[in-house]
Amino acid sequence: MKKDIILAGVGGQGILTIASVIGLAAIEVGLFLKQAEVHGMSQRGGDVQSNLRLSDKEIASDLIPFGQADMIISVEPMESLRYLPMLSKEGWLITNTQTFINIPNYPAKEDIIAGIEKIKNHVALDAENIAKEIGSARAANIVVLGAAAPFLDLDYNLLENALNTLFGKKGEKVVGLNLAALKAGHDFAMEKIEGRG
Amino acid sequence: MQKLLLLGAEAIAQAAIDAGITGIFAYPGTPSTEITEYVQNSKQAGEKKIRSAWSANEKTAMEAGLGVSYVGKRAMVCMKHVGLNVAADAFVNSAITGANGGLIVVVADDPSMHSSQNEQDSRFYGKFAMIPILEPTNQQEAYDMVHYGFDLSEKLSIPVLLRITTRLAHSRAGVAQKPERGQNELRLPSDMRQFILLPAIARKRYKGLLANQALFLDDSEKSGFNKYIDGPDKSRGIIVCGIAYNYLMENYPDRNVPFPILKITQYPAPRDMIERLVGACDEILVLEEGAPMIEELLKGFLSIGLTVKGRLDGTVPRDGELNPNIVARALNLKDTYGQDIPDLVAGRPPSMCVGCGHIDVYNALNEALNEYSKGRVFSDIGCYTLGALAPYNAINTCVDMGASITMAKGAADAGFFPAVAVIGDSTFTHSGMTGLLDAANDGSSITVLISDNSTTGMTGGQKSSASGKIEAICKAVGVEEDHIKVLKPLKKFHEENLKIIQEELAYPGLSVIIPRRECIQTLGRRMRI
Repeated sequence: MKKDIILAGVGGQGILTIASVIGLAAIEVGLFLKQAEVHGMSQRGGDVQSNLRLSDKEIASDLIPFGQADMIISVEPMESLRYLPMLSKEGWLITNTQTFINIPNYPAKEDIIAGIEKIKNHVALDAENIAKEIGSARAANIVVLGAAAPFLDLDYNLLENALNTLFGKKGEKVVGLNLAALKAGHDFAMEKIEGRG
Repeated sequence: MQKLLLLGAEAIAQAAIDAGITGIFAYPGTPSTEITEYVQNSKQAGEKKIRSAWSANEKTAMEAGLGVSYVGKRAMVCMKHVGLNVAADAFVNSAITGANGGLIVVVADDPSMHSSQNEQDSRFYGKFAMIPILEPTNQQEAYDMVHYGFDLSEKLSIPVLLRITTRLAHSRAGVAQKPERGQNELRLPSDMRQFILLPAIARKRYKGLLANQALFLDDSEKSGFNKYIDGPDKSRGIIVCGIAYNYLMENYPDRNVPFPILKITQYPAPRDMIERLVGACDEILVLEEGAPMIEELLKGFLSIGLTVKGRLDGTVPRDGELNPNIVARALNLKDTYGQDIPDLVAGRPPSMCVGCGHIDVYNALNEALNEYSKGRVFSDIGCYTLGALAPYNAINTCVDMGASITMAKGAADAGFFPAVAVIGDSTFTHSGMTGLLDAANDGSSITVLISDNSTTGMTGGQKSSASGKIEAICKAVGVEEDHIKVLKPLKKFHEENLKIIQEELAYPGLSVIIPRRECIQTLGRRMRI
């Protein structure tokens, strides 16, 4: 088993939470893991990414080779396109469609969506809205993670366990919201896959 | 024992705690900050009473570490690569004094300049000072090398340089711990003149350092960190340093490389191993994360009799960090690429946060400078350097920690008026206040804005050494009290702030303006707790 994942977003959007959940799940089943992240200057509202690698064999490089990522998981639609040079031909692009606009020359949203739809394997969802319906806009990250869940080759309950571990300290309500967010994202992606079939 | 999931930086910190350090000394700087932060937040380190607060700069950190070593205890000193320039005086001389208690200097280089002004390779500093260097390839090796490095430092009575780069510092992997070791007892050097670098003593100690090179080399050959891995195809031998090893292995999924490999992770470079590789192979490819140090060593000035490929002949790009694809191309292996980034994707450079006080400072300063010609603002290293970008376009220089005040002073001394310096609070106490002393002593006509957000912002909000002390320092170095102005950078005070800045710009003498408002990030974190 090998999963090479690019996590993408804007500094401060919290892509590292997604990395932590997948990381905890992977560790529980004894997979090897490497996760390279960006610290420092870019965290001030710039584009940020993390290279997350899972494997049942020891991993050599902290960086994923170009053209070999199995998945891009992005919490911002334009940022999802920035890492296309990394994505393998059969790879999946999972992205939030809610834009984060902090630059004056941000492109038109419909052009971005059209760019995403050109990718053969993609799931695009409005994670903020879905999260709001559940009751917490802050769980948008976990909705995106849920949408990526069918492609991770990790048992779904491992992700649930990881959310329990990560948010356990914040109480049952927070855990419950995040579990619901995970499921909502997951269901969205499953519908999309089945719709294709 | 269950493995810990740690960043490379954190693995080094955990190892230092386990190896029995008494103190860690550092100034924040990407990508080294997380080492010291980990110790500061560690319960285990707290119980062991390990000293870990931030130092004013890398030089004071290095000297304090040397003091710990003098009394026989173990210390770690951490910095980013350019920080070693600041600490260089103490660092280079520490090779002459030698160590007593174990002393490891961790320097985190930033090739590709993700968050830096240059990509200097700290191995050159280690070679220059003539001390052993360790360069781990992964998180586990980083952990293990700290233990080994402290033993080596005490065995050979020499500080040891541990060199890492961004990708190791900021990448997480599982790390197995070793048994914990207690701290050393107080034990002064057996030679009470060891640390007195009077010329007569320094000359003697320097001869000792030169003589000890053979011991350092011998350890490089035998410690087991440098590895000769034979391969059947002798048409090429590969020397691979530090994390470049990972990128090489990534290109061989079964990990069987057909060529002989010399993996170098300890310096001085292992001469016997290099001779063996050169003797066995037709040509040598050198893969180094950083500058072509080993490559230059092999190639020599005249490149006689040996084909060496690497960064100098274009086989590998001359600048920037390595990655698996660059290494694939250097080996003529299949390169892979996804698809091009669509043209519509716009750059998203870092920017100052919404609500940041520096923004109000620049809005007022820009307006105040409207009546003068352009090019008057000398700035410094910190979040406020982002004032160089649109829409502010507010600064004209950023060179090194503290250079704002001194460059403005130089320009003023050359007859440029008004000249403005913009510096942050933490940078001011790091390296700005001595420059302010020069300006006061010289009566230089500059206006210094110390934009005080009461933290070290760019590295994530570490405690600033300047907190609560800036006015007193300015007064003490000789700035007239009437020309030390404190203001609150908020939109609603824009007009009065503008007026103060205009007045001080027009004043033909030294003045300091201190716009003071807490960093929006640290404030937010404080409010959430």
